[in-house]
Amino acid sequence: MADLSVNVGGIKSPNPFWLASAPPTNSGYQVMRAFEAGWGGAVWKTLGDPIVNVSSRFGGFHFEGARMLGFNNIELITDRPLEDNLREIREVKRAFPDRAVIASLMVDNVKEVWQEIVKRVQDVGVDGFELNFGCPHGMSERGMGSAVGQSPEFLRQATEWVVEVAEVPVIVKLTPNITDIRYTARAAAQGGAHAVSMINTINSLIGVDLNTWTPIPNVDGRGAHGGYCGPAVKPIALNMVADCARDPLVGIPISGIGGVSTWQDAVEYMLLGASGVQVCTAVMHHGFRIVEDMIDGLNQYLDARGLSSAMDLVGKSVGRVGNWGDLNLEYKVAARIDQDKCIRCNKCYIACEDAAHQCIDRAPDGSGQMALVVDEEECVGCNLCSIVCPVENCIEMARVDSGGPAFSWRERQAL
Amino acid sequence: MSEFALSDQPQHRLEQNVHKPLTKVEVLTEAHRCLYCYDAPCAAACPTHIDVPSFIRKITTDNVTGSARVIMDANPLGASCARVCPTEDLCEGACVLGKDAAPIRISDLQRYSTDWVRERNIDLFSPGPATGKRVAVVGGGPAGLAAARELARFGHAVTIYEAKEQLGGLNTYGIVPFRLPRAVALWEAEQVVKLGVAVQTNVLVGRDVSIGDLVDNFDALVLAFGMGNVPPLQIPGEDLQGVWDALDFISQVKSGQSVGDIGDRVVVIGAGNTAIDAATCSKRLNAENVAIYYRRTAREMTAYPFEYDFAKQEGVEFRWLCAPVRILGEGNRVRAVEFVKTRLELSDNSERPIPVSMPGTEFTVEVDTVIRSTGQSRLTSLLDALHIIHDGGSVRVDQQMRTNQPGVFAAGDCAFRRGVGDAMVVEAAEQGKIAAAAVHQHLLAADESEKWRGESHG
Ligand SMILES: Cc1cc2nc3c(=O)[nH]c(=O)nc-3n(C[C@H](O)[C@H](O)[C@H](O)COP(=O)(O)OP(=O)(O)OC[C@H]3O[C@@H](n4cnc5c(N)ncnc54)[C@H](O)[C@@H]3O)c2cc1C
Ligand SMILES: Cc1cc2nc3c(=O)[nH]c(=O)nc-3n(C[C@H](O)[C@H](O)[C@H](O)COP(=O)(O)O)c2cc1C
Ligand code: SF4
Repeated sequence: MADLSVNVGGIKSPNPFWLASAPPTNSGYQVMRAFEAGWGGAVWKTLGDPIVNVSSRFGGFHFEGARMLGFNNIELITDRPLEDNLREIREVKRAFPDRAVIASLMVDNVKEVWQEIVKRVQDVGVDGFELNFGCPHGMSERGMGSAVGQSPEFLRQATEWVVEVAEVPVIVKLTPNITDIRYTARAAAQGGAHAVSMINTINSLIGVDLNTWTPIPNVDGRGAHGGYCGPAVKPIALNMVADCARDPLVGIPISGIGGVSTWQDAVEYMLLGASGVQVCTAVMHHGFRIVEDMIDGLNQYLDARGLSSAMDLVGKSVGRVGNWGDLNLEYKVAARIDQDKCIRCNKCYIACEDAAHQCIDRAPDGSGQMALVVDEEECVGCNLCSIVCPVENCIEMARVDSGGPAFSWRERQAL
Repeated sequence: MSEFALSDQPQHRLEQNVHKPLTKVEVLTEAHRCLYCYDAPCAAACPTHIDVPSFIRKITTDNVTGSARVIMDANPLGASCARVCPTEDLCEGACVLGKDAAPIRISDLQRYSTDWVRERNIDLFSPGPATGKRVAVVGGGPAGLAAARELARFGHAVTIYEAKEQLGGLNTYGIVPFRLPRAVALWEAEQVVKLGVAVQTNVLVGRDVSIGDLVDNFDALVLAFGMGNVPPLQIPGEDLQGVWDALDFISQVKSGQSVGDIGDRVVVIGAGNTAIDAATCSKRLNAENVAIYYRRTAREMTAYPFEYDFAKQEGVEFRWLCAPVRILGEGNRVRAVEFVKTRLELSDNSERPIPVSMPGTEFTVEVDTVIRSTGQSRLTSLLDALHIIHDGGSVRVDQQMRTNQPGVFAAGDCAFRRGVGDAMVVEAAEQGKIAAAAVHQHLLAADESEKWRGESHG
C-alpha cells in the first residue's frame, strides 16, 4: 500500500482526489457524502455576493454513443446564503478533520471586499482558499471571474490583497480563455499565491436545437455562451499544466483540473506536474462513488511500479515536454500491421490514402481477401492509421531509423 | 479447425469449454456498454450482492485486480459462479438494458476478471488478526469454503474436514468439466487455504473422526456437508453392471478416472441439472444415443433452461412421461430398461403434478449404460447425533443459518429446502458467508459473557 497523501502548496490531503468547486460541493450534505465515499478534499462551491441562477443550465456533448464527453454550464457561483455555507463548512471540517476543505471565493475586485470575505471565511477553519478568476460566463459580465483572470495585472493585485490577510494557503484558479496561461500563472506567483489550479471552464456553445433553432441550453428561447468541461477538455488542460510546470517563473505547485474521470487521468496530470487533481463532471455523471476505484487503481498502479508515495509521480514527465525545435529530426517510425489481428475494415487504408501519404496498399493475400500492406519507405510515421484502427495493438509504430545521433531543427538552424 | 469445433477425442472434448471466453475487444466493448447504474438491480439480483457496476467499471480503468477483488470479496466462489450461475434468472435477467437491448454479459466479464488474477497468481485477501477461537467446518464444498474464508478473515482458526481427496465439493467432483474446469474450483479452494485455513481431507466426519470430538475441540461448528448420492430407484436390477449413480459417474469422469466402455446407448433417468450433466458427459464420451427419461414433462423438470438448451445442442434426446419399472440384465450386465408411460395428475398438497403409471403401456429400451439421476439423498446421521432439528435431512436454520444447537451453524445444500432459494453454488456461497458472520457474532457474544463472568467472580 503506497502513501497516497499529497501536499498542494501547503494544503495536505489523504489522497490526491478533490472535488472541484461546482455543484457537487454545493452543500455540507453533499461534501459529507463525498468524504464518506473517500474524497481527499473538496473545494466548496464559490462563495461571494448573492446571485440568482437561471433555470435550464447545462448542456451535454454526446459523441457516437458516448454520453457527456463534454459538458457545458451557464451556472453562476453559489446561490445559497453565505451564513449557511459557513456553518456547513465548519460542520464538515469538524466531522472530517483529515480532509482538505478549501473555500472558493469570488467577489467584486475591491481590496476591502476581498479582505473582508477572506477574514470571515477563515474563521470557520478552512484549510485554504481558491480564488475563482476563471468563471467565463455571467460573473465575467460583472467584472469578476475570468474578467479578472484574463488580466495578469488585476489578478496579481487581487492575489496580493488576499495573501495579505489569509492565514492559510491561497490557490489561484486560472481561466483557460486566454492566449498563454503562463502569464496569469506567473502573475499569481508574483502576487504570493501558494499554488495555481487549472483549468476552469472553456468558453463554449454546446449546440443548437435543429427543430426550434434555439441554442442549448435553452432559457426561455434564448441561450448564452457557457463554460465547457468534461473528458473532452483534458488534453487542453494537460497542456496548460505542463506549460506552467516547466516555466521557472511560475514555480509554484499546481492543482490539475479538467476531465479527470479515472485514476489514470490523475496519474497523467501528476506526471505533467500537478500535485493533485480536482473533479467535477465525472461526479456529475456518476456520483461520488467513482473515487473508490480512483483510490484503488492508483494504489495498484503505485504498488505495481514499486513507488511508495503518490507524490513520487509529480512532474516525472515534465522534462520530456519541450519545444518542437528540440525534437529529434532523425527519429523515424513506420506503421506495421499485424496481419493476424487485422480484421480488414480498411479504415487505415482510406485514412492514409485520402488524408495522409498514400502508403498503405491493398494486395491480394492469397485467400481471396485483400491484405493491407504498408510501404515502409513511403510511410512518414504520422500515427494516423494506428489511431483510426479499431483493433487493439494491431498497428504498431515501429522504430525504423538507424539509431544514430539525434539532430534537431534548432541544431540544423545553428549550422 | 475453430476452437469450438468438437474434436473426436473424448478426453479433449470433456475439457473443451462449452463457452469460450470473451476476447479483449469484446470485454472492453461490453464493459463500456455498462451504464454503471446506481443501486443497480443486477447487484440486488445476485444472491451474494456482488457490486457489479463497480467491478465492471474497474475493467474499463484497467484495474482488473481491483475488479476481481470486488467480485471475490462478495463471493468467494466468484470464478465458479461466472461459469455455472443461471444468470438469466439472476444478474443478467435484472440488467436494465435488457428491456431494449441485450443485457450486459455480466458473467463473462466476471470470468474475465477472475481468470485474470488466477492466471497471474494474484492473492486478493489476507487473514484477520488471530482471535484464538477455533471453528470446525464439516464439508469443503462451496458453502464450507465460503464460511471458512470469511472466518479466516475474521481471524478465527479454521479447520475444514472433507471426506474427499480434494476440496471444492460438487465444483470439483460434480459439475462437468466442460462447464466448470477443476482448475477453477481448486484455485478458489487454494485461495481459502492460503489464508491459513487447516484442511483435513480424506476425513469423513462420523467415521474417521467423531462429531463429538469436534464439538469438544472447537468453539463453533459449521455444517456444510451438502447432500448425498442419488437415492435408489427401488426397482429390480439396480445392482447390475453398467448401472451408474450419476454423481459417481460424473465424479469419475471429472477426476480423469475411467468409467469403462459405456457403449453407444445410454439412458439417463431423471431431468435435473445432474441428469443433464450426466447426459452431456456421456455424449462427449462418444456415446451415440443418449436419452433422458423423465416421468413428468419439460415444464416440471428442475434443470435450468440454459442447461436444457445446451443438452439439446449436444444431441441429447428427451422422453417425457416415462417411469422406469425394472432394469433387465444379461448375466450381471445391464441389457435393457423397461418403462411404463405416465400421465400427470394435479394434486392439492404438492406444487408439482403427480405422475401416475398407466398399466399396459410398458415398453423396453435396449441399453448399454443406465445412469440414475433422480436427485440427491439427504445425510442425516450427523444431524441426529447432534440432536439437530431437520426436515427429512434438510437442516432447519434461521436467517443467520443458526441451527437449534447453540454454536452449530449450517449452510449450503444441507440446509436447502424446496421452495426456499435454489440448490446452487451462489446460494451456498452466500449462506456460507452468513453463517460465518453469525459464528463471529456468537464468538464475540461468548467472549463478552465470559468477560462478564470473570469480572463478577474477580
Ligand atoms: C451435476 C451437478 C450439476 C450442478 N450444476 C449446477 C450449476 O450449473 N449451477 C449451480 O449454481 N449449481 C449447480 N449444482 C449445484 C451445486 O453444485 C451445489 O448447490 C453446491 O455445490 C452446494 O454446495 P455445498 O457446499 O452445500 O455442498 P457440496 O458441494 O455437496 O459440498 C459438500 C462437501 O462436504 C463433504 N462431506 C459430506 N459429508 C461429509 C462428512 N461427513 N465429513 C466430511 N466431509 C463431508 C463432501 O465430500 C463435499 O465435498 C450442480 C450440482 C450437481 C450435482
Ligand atoms: C455546473 C458547473 C458549475 C461550476 N461552478 C464553478 C464555480 O462555482 N466555481 C469554480 O471555480 N468553478 C466552477 N466550475 C468549474 C469546475 O470547478 C471545473 O473547473 C471544471 O468543470 C473542469 O473540471 P471537470 O472537467 O472535471 O468538470 C463549474 C463547473 C460546472 C460544470
Ligand atoms: S437533476 Fe433533474 S430533477 Fe435534479 S434538479 Fe436537475 S433537472 Fe431537476
